[in-house]
Amino acid sequence: MKKLKTTTKIDFATYAGVTLAFLLVYALQQGGSLTNAMKSWLVPICSFIVMAVSLNLVVGISGELSLGHAGFMSVGAFSGIVTAMSLTNAIPSGPVRLLLAILVGAVFAAVTGVIVGVPVLRLRGDYLAIVTLAFGQIIKDLINCLIVGYDSHGLHIIFNLDGLRSVSDLHMEETGVAIIKGAQGAVGVPKLSSFFAGYLLVMVALVIVLNLVRSRTGRAIMAIRDNRIAAESVGINVTKYRLIAFVTSAALAGAAGALFGLNYGGLLSSRFDFNTSILVLVYVVLGGLGNIWGSVIAATVLYILPEALRGFQDYRMLLYAVVLILVMLATNNEQLKALLGRLIPKRKGAKSNG
Amino acid sequence: MAEKRVFEKGKMVPVPSQAIIPERDSDKSPILECSHLGIDFGGLRAVDDFNLTLGRTEIAGLIGPNGAGKTTVFNLLTKVYQPTRGTILLDGYDTAGKTPAQINRMGIARTFQNIRLFSALSVEDNVKIGLHNQEPYSMFTGILRLPKYWRQEKAAHERAMELLSIFDMQDLAAHEAGSLPYGAQRRLEIVRALATNPSLLLLDEPAAGMNPSETAELMENIVKIRDTFQIAVMLIEHDMNLVMGICEGICVLNFGQVIAKGTAEEIQSNPTVIEAYLGKKK
Amino acid sequence: MVFFSYLFSGISLGSVYAIIALGYTMVYGIAKMLNFAHGDIIMVGGYICYCSMSYLGLPVLLSVLLSMAVCTVLGVVIEGLAYKPLRQASSLAVLITAIGVSYFLQNAAQLIWGVTPKIFTSVASFPMPGDLNSLGLSSEAVVTIASCLIIMVALTLFVNKTKMGKAMRACSEDKGAAQLMGINVNKTISLTFAIGSALAAVAGVLLCSNYNTLIPTTGSMPGIKAFTAAVFGGIGSIPGAFLGGLLLGIIESMAKAYISTQLANAIVFAVLIVVLLVKPTGLLGKAVPEKV
Repeated sequence: MKKLKTTTKIDFATYAGVTLAFLLVYALQQGGSLTNAMKSWLVPICSFIVMAVSLNLVVGISGELSLGHAGFMSVGAFSGIVTAMSLTNAIPSGPVRLLLAILVGAVFAAVTGVIVGVPVLRLRGDYLAIVTLAFGQIIKDLINCLIVGYDSHGLHIIFNLDGLRSVSDLHMEETGVAIIKGAQGAVGVPKLSSFFAGYLLVMVALVIVLNLVRSRTGRAIMAIRDNRIAAESVGINVTKYRLIAFVTSAALAGAAGALFGLNYGGLLSSRFDFNTSILVLVYVVLGGLGNIWGSVIAATVLYILPEALRGFQDYRMLLYAVVLILVMLATNNEQLKALLGRLIPKRKGAKSNG
Repeated sequence: MAEKRVFEKGKMVPVPSQAIIPERDSDKSPILECSHLGIDFGGLRAVDDFNLTLGRTEIAGLIGPNGAGKTTVFNLLTKVYQPTRGTILLDGYDTAGKTPAQINRMGIARTFQNIRLFSALSVEDNVKIGLHNQEPYSMFTGILRLPKYWRQEKAAHERAMELLSIFDMQDLAAHEAGSLPYGAQRRLEIVRALATNPSLLLLDEPAAGMNPSETAELMENIVKIRDTFQIAVMLIEHDMNLVMGICEGICVLNFGQVIAKGTAEEIQSNPTVIEAYLGKKK
Repeated sequence: MVFFSYLFSGISLGSVYAIIALGYTMVYGIAKMLNFAHGDIIMVGGYICYCSMSYLGLPVLLSVLLSMAVCTVLGVVIEGLAYKPLRQASSLAVLITAIGVSYFLQNAAQLIWGVTPKIFTSVASFPMPGDLNSLGLSSEAVVTIASCLIIMVALTLFVNKTKMGKAMRACSEDKGAAQLMGINVNKTISLTFAIGSALAAVAGVLLCSNYNTLIPTTGSMPGIKAFTAAVFGGIGSIPGAFLGGLLLGIIESMAKAYISTQLANAIVFAVLIVVLLVKPTGLLGKAVPEKV
């Protein structure tokens, strides 16, 4: 029989670890010991930690394979950018606009999550995976057709269906500013995101996901993952709880997207394609399904790894691929596991739940 | 409609002072009434013209040879399958069109022939999931950990421990459900079902894989559960000692048809039942 | 007349999707894994054929055969090194490994052949009779459609009539039972990968003949689309993959022509979603009820 670890300690260790890491890096940044390249990693790392933690809610906790998570990030990024830019005159304070952008990004992504989730969650397994993949592609293509600008009359939005229209078709005033230029993406975006904001968002995401998992709602979600029929038999509304997990995850991805989008001067919708979804999925799987702090660490390490491998130039992605395959083989092969088990004395209660 | 009243009401046992749940409404109307229940799989009539009335605190047995359709009856009652024909009244309410989750909230809880626990979760969490609709609070209360969260979680913990104590399983609370021995897993399934505060408990082969002493203990516990919770129990079982020992009414199913109903003595001497189990005398 | 031109290009594109989807569906049916590296085998097939024609100067048919041979070996090697050790692992672990293999193939191709597009000379270019030409039917389309039909028929016969085919069907139903019946499951899975990869090579050559350019990511999008096609038709089903591929190609071509070039992919995916919502196991897929 196997005894499970208490979860409260793991949660506090996660919060403390993230905070310590933040303080350390912040001190290094202030002390000037980070290169410019390293500084440019900080906000994206925070975004991808939030992405990984939120995807873990769907893949690890809820047990549904989603291959379109980047779509929600995209919705959050572009709606966040539009919010932040169109409020430039109304709200001069950058942090306040960032906060609003993140909230709007989360709300828009959550709404998209409901639209996608209601039909999709009727499907199971690989069929669900392929439909989330399809939705990710659709979201990317739709945003690719958006042309948005604002002037004193407010927002102007057109949908570039035939691919022939441009910003001039918005018929804005002279002072109007283009925000999203269709296939050229968002332009002239103010860089409102900061490492501190990223840290706060990571903490908020962690609190939301960990508290959710440790609550009645989280138990219901995990019950459905472990045994859907038994969950129904004890009176759990399966559709409702699968949707809660999916939409919460989408909202967090939207928030991460807004943070990410406001970190660059410009942003293309193709930045959030299938490969980005897969990238986040890799973080989640390597960090451990259902293991939240694992996702935090995996996202950090695997974001830095390809960057750090830049010294190998052309070989870096090849190396990344090899590392990925080897790690999967090493962690999932019974013989290799047995071999490692003999070399390293087994820890007590090795399996933890969060 | 003489056959509808074949089952005699079980002995009404007074609610003991240590009752875990408050005293139930104990009027004389039946808890469950099935009439002309049936389901077809393709051309096969898996269950046909199934009629049954169950008293509020009765222990009933559903027996029959393998493939007779016993589990299918449970699946019909809990709406895992929607019946092709017939009606099910639970406490007088029609259950047509309900989902399995709604059926549970209406008062039927069940266990499964092939154990279905939330095996990656702890024993305590399994029971707490059973308490899902008993100690409710909203998702936001849970995320923000408002006072109600702590209150309800504490109540759920205490209730879970209390329920586990029926089978002396409090010490296993922190263990992974899937790692328990077989018998303990079956008992945990019963506890989880009880946690949903049912008025009718369906047990699908509760003694399967248990040794004689475990089975004897289980028999005592089923009666104890009925007495403390004042609920009806219906069980599918191949262990005839158990069935004949505790079931006040027995229903025999063969090829989806009810072939006999009655008390243990009546069933044991019924020639149709003997034929179904042993074959025709040459 | 323009309509026919779009229809033919749709059928031709659909035939390529169908050939790729057949490989996907066979591998899924037997190994229950989403082989995301399948699309990149297509790309390798294209490059091998290109090299064989441009550098070695081999004739077309020989180049195609060489490309099939290389891809077959590649498929079997990948299966043996990366997937076989994970037979018992979770499907997600296998999926991530497949993605790793996909990255590996793309980046290896980039190192070997560079990122600049290679101009691929069509292997199926011959003069067409004038009236067919005016309908917009190209020689590449004819060859593609014909290859697809031949492959489809051959594969159906192989799976239904031969001993190996029966072994494959048995393994996809129940590996344990197949093993007890004396079927070598590992060998059967390897064979499936071999066939799938050889088909991917053919698809690669045909795809490049239709589009004339070749880059290391050539296979990605057709790979995903073919995967969609396989699901569309009912994953695991060979006629389903054929039907799904064809329909997907036609829808894509029509959407490009009459609705929006930009949204053609989105429309393809939207149709897939609608189909799956109406029929959750795809057009020809079988629903397996869960036993309680």
